[in-house]
Amino acid sequence: MQLTGADIAIRCLQDEGIDFIFGYPGGAALHIYDALYKQDKVKHILVRHEQGATHAADGYARATGKPGVVLVTSGPGVTNTVTGIATAYMDSIPMVVLTAQVPSHLIGDDAFQEVDTVGITRPCVKHNFLVSDVTKLAETMKKAFYIASSGRPGPVVVDIPKDITAQVAEYHYPELVDMRSYQPRTRGHTRQISRGLDLLLGAKRPIIYTGGGVILGNAEAPLRKLVDMLNYPSTSTLMGLGAIPASNPNFLGMLGMHGTYESNMAMHDCDVMFAVGARFDDRVTGELSRFAPNARIIQIDIDPSSIGKNVSVEVPIVGDCDMVLSQMLEQLQGRLNEIDRSAIDQWWEQVNSWKSIDSLAYKTNDDSIVPQLVVERILEITEGEAYVTSDVGQHQMWAAQYYTFEKPRRWINSGGLGTMGFGLPAALGVQLAFPEETVICITGDASIQMCIQELSTCLQYGLPVKIINLNNQYMGMVRQWQEFFYDRRYSHSYMDALPDFVKLTESYGHVGMRVDKPKDLNETLEEAFALKDRLVFVDVITDPMVNVYPMIAAGKGHHEMELAPGQEEVQERELA
Amino acid sequence: MRRIISVLLENEAGALSRVAGLFSARGYNIESLTVAPTDDPSLSRMTIVTRGTDNVIEQITKQLNKLVDVVKLIDLTEGQHIERELMLVKVVASGGEQREEVKRLVDIFRGRIIDVTDSTYTLEMTGNGDKVDAFLQSLAQVEVIEVVRSGVSGIGRGKRALSV
Ligand SMILES: Cc1ncc(C[n+]2csc(CCOP(=O)(O)OP(=O)(O)O)c2C)c(N)n1
Repeated sequence: MQLTGADIAIRCLQDEGIDFIFGYPGGAALHIYDALYKQDKVKHILVRHEQGATHAADGYARATGKPGVVLVTSGPGVTNTVTGIATAYMDSIPMVVLTAQVPSHLIGDDAFQEVDTVGITRPCVKHNFLVSDVTKLAETMKKAFYIASSGRPGPVVVDIPKDITAQVAEYHYPELVDMRSYQPRTRGHTRQISRGLDLLLGAKRPIIYTGGGVILGNAEAPLRKLVDMLNYPSTSTLMGLGAIPASNPNFLGMLGMHGTYESNMAMHDCDVMFAVGARFDDRVTGELSRFAPNARIIQIDIDPSSIGKNVSVEVPIVGDCDMVLSQMLEQLQGRLNEIDRSAIDQWWEQVNSWKSIDSLAYKTNDDSIVPQLVVERILEITEGEAYVTSDVGQHQMWAAQYYTFEKPRRWINSGGLGTMGFGLPAALGVQLAFPEETVICITGDASIQMCIQELSTCLQYGLPVKIINLNNQYMGMVRQWQEFFYDRRYSHSYMDALPDFVKLTESYGHVGMRVDKPKDLNETLEEAFALKDRLVFVDVITDPMVNVYPMIAAGKGHHEMELAPGQEEVQERELA
Repeated sequence: MRRIISVLLENEAGALSRVAGLFSARGYNIESLTVAPTDDPSLSRMTIVTRGTDNVIEQITKQLNKLVDVVKLIDLTEGQHIERELMLVKVVASGGEQREEVKRLVDIFRGRIIDVTDSTYTLEMTGNGDKVDAFLQSLAQVEVIEVVRSGVSGIGRGKRALSV
């Protein structure tokens, strides 16, 4: 069948089973937009800013596990996507971004709306293509989806010059592509797996440390089984929350800069660390020279370059988390008797004494709303079943600390790049994927303004996202650092001239609510969540000076956590 | 430690910039980099000379392998190998004595004089990095106008080969 390049691009999406494409039109993309118009299988979601398109596709991908797809025009359309592409890249999110390009004969001439898309995006994509021949377009699209979704996932850009979208070629969408230069390994090396088990089963003070790779690799089932069989203390990075249910008695909560005391202490004192799909990010490890001084480390990762990058690893296992954990389980059953149970019991005693400090305890008062309480109330109202997106800042940490996730893919945030502006468009993408589910965006007064225009998209497609704005009138996280490390010189972290968020929301055609008294909090939230088919923006005026605790300051180790004021005494008492 | 990494990569537009970009983005050092198509026109072969601790070199090879365009690579310095670099040098050679001296040096190092004018010689020298360096040093007394080095190419000794 002979089709134009534009039709081919869209047919490829159909044949790939893509249901949504997030985009924004412009000159170089018009042939593709015309092709979209002539069909109704792939639903185009018109965002209000190309950054929003990438975050929405990203949110969709995180929640569903399927690649998110974006379509933008050349030049500024492309540059507006860079933040979203980099966000997806840092968190290894499968995404295919179709970018229109000026006609081939104009490339390199500084043509109108020309940018070197392949050059600009190269450092923040898994791979990118410039299509120079319409007969290669379908195969390139297939490769793009294959590369984006396999191995360690990531964004792939396909740059298509306008003339290519007008030329005609025979359409054939390959079912498979085989690339000699790209063959991700999935199965773990059997000998490495037994070596890993030797170490793990011989541990006296073990910790299981899991990350986003477990979520990306859909490895929660074997992981849960393994944790339960071993009965070892387990912790998770920000990106891995939900893989092990927060209520699992073996789960100590999140680790890292704002992780729980027990997680970080257990990391520091462990003798064997089992890292699964986690990459020893600096926000997780704290100061490397003080990191887990006695740990012998086993690490599973699909990306060999993530192993041994920051921390040296005794037993590296390259492979897909799901596959490798399942391979381990096969051997584990017969070897459980190797565990030194009395040592493990002793270790649990130690861990439980750290736990008893309750490092997430916080104080409430009658005059102002404390943000942690808001998250806990939301957790109760939604019974822990919601999809929660966030932006970046204090509210993100509180969401991660107090919304306890029982399932994977429910917690959706920009961990690696830390992109403010991510939350609302990401929530939009999640809500499209799951129209019946409760989708919450927990945000801050600064972050929400970075992609606020997507309220308009939410109206157009009837997306009843619940936005909880923890409004402290500060860039809270910046203010916190300035309080701690800059002697309270609050340089440009105050959000002067905030808009009236309620009116703003209303002018976008949604429901706005404001609450500033603790006594009204419950009622307002309940009212908001009861409006099932409306987008509700709840502007929660919170105590401006609350800080995120506990915390590992820069240069400190896991064992040097700072607890909330007042908790040090508890610590001394409990640990005496 | 100095390492020579040989890479086979798809002969695609932009492949070189992916490698160069990787080195600059991650702060790896490149001493020299050469690239040209192989007997199979769909493949290019690149030779990178770099320096780094074992950890850095391990990351370099892993990161290179991660590039979708990279088909295969080896660290030649891990085994027996041969390295060669081509250098072209233009020197002032006017007086008879000077011309004799340059010719003698070229003979000692088994180089060649490949172009002659009444005031200059252009010399060609092939060898490993050390030899090429040594030859350049030997020219200390000569007025050098221009030096062109190709960068290192390398190949494994014996049966050791990098091919698909
Ligand atoms: C695009 C972008 N710019 C700047 C930052 C740096 N930054 C991190 S947190 C933060 C403040 C966020 O304030 P707000 O959204 O109000 O959240 P809060 O910390 O008050 O909860 C800033 C500016 C960032 N993460 N992303």
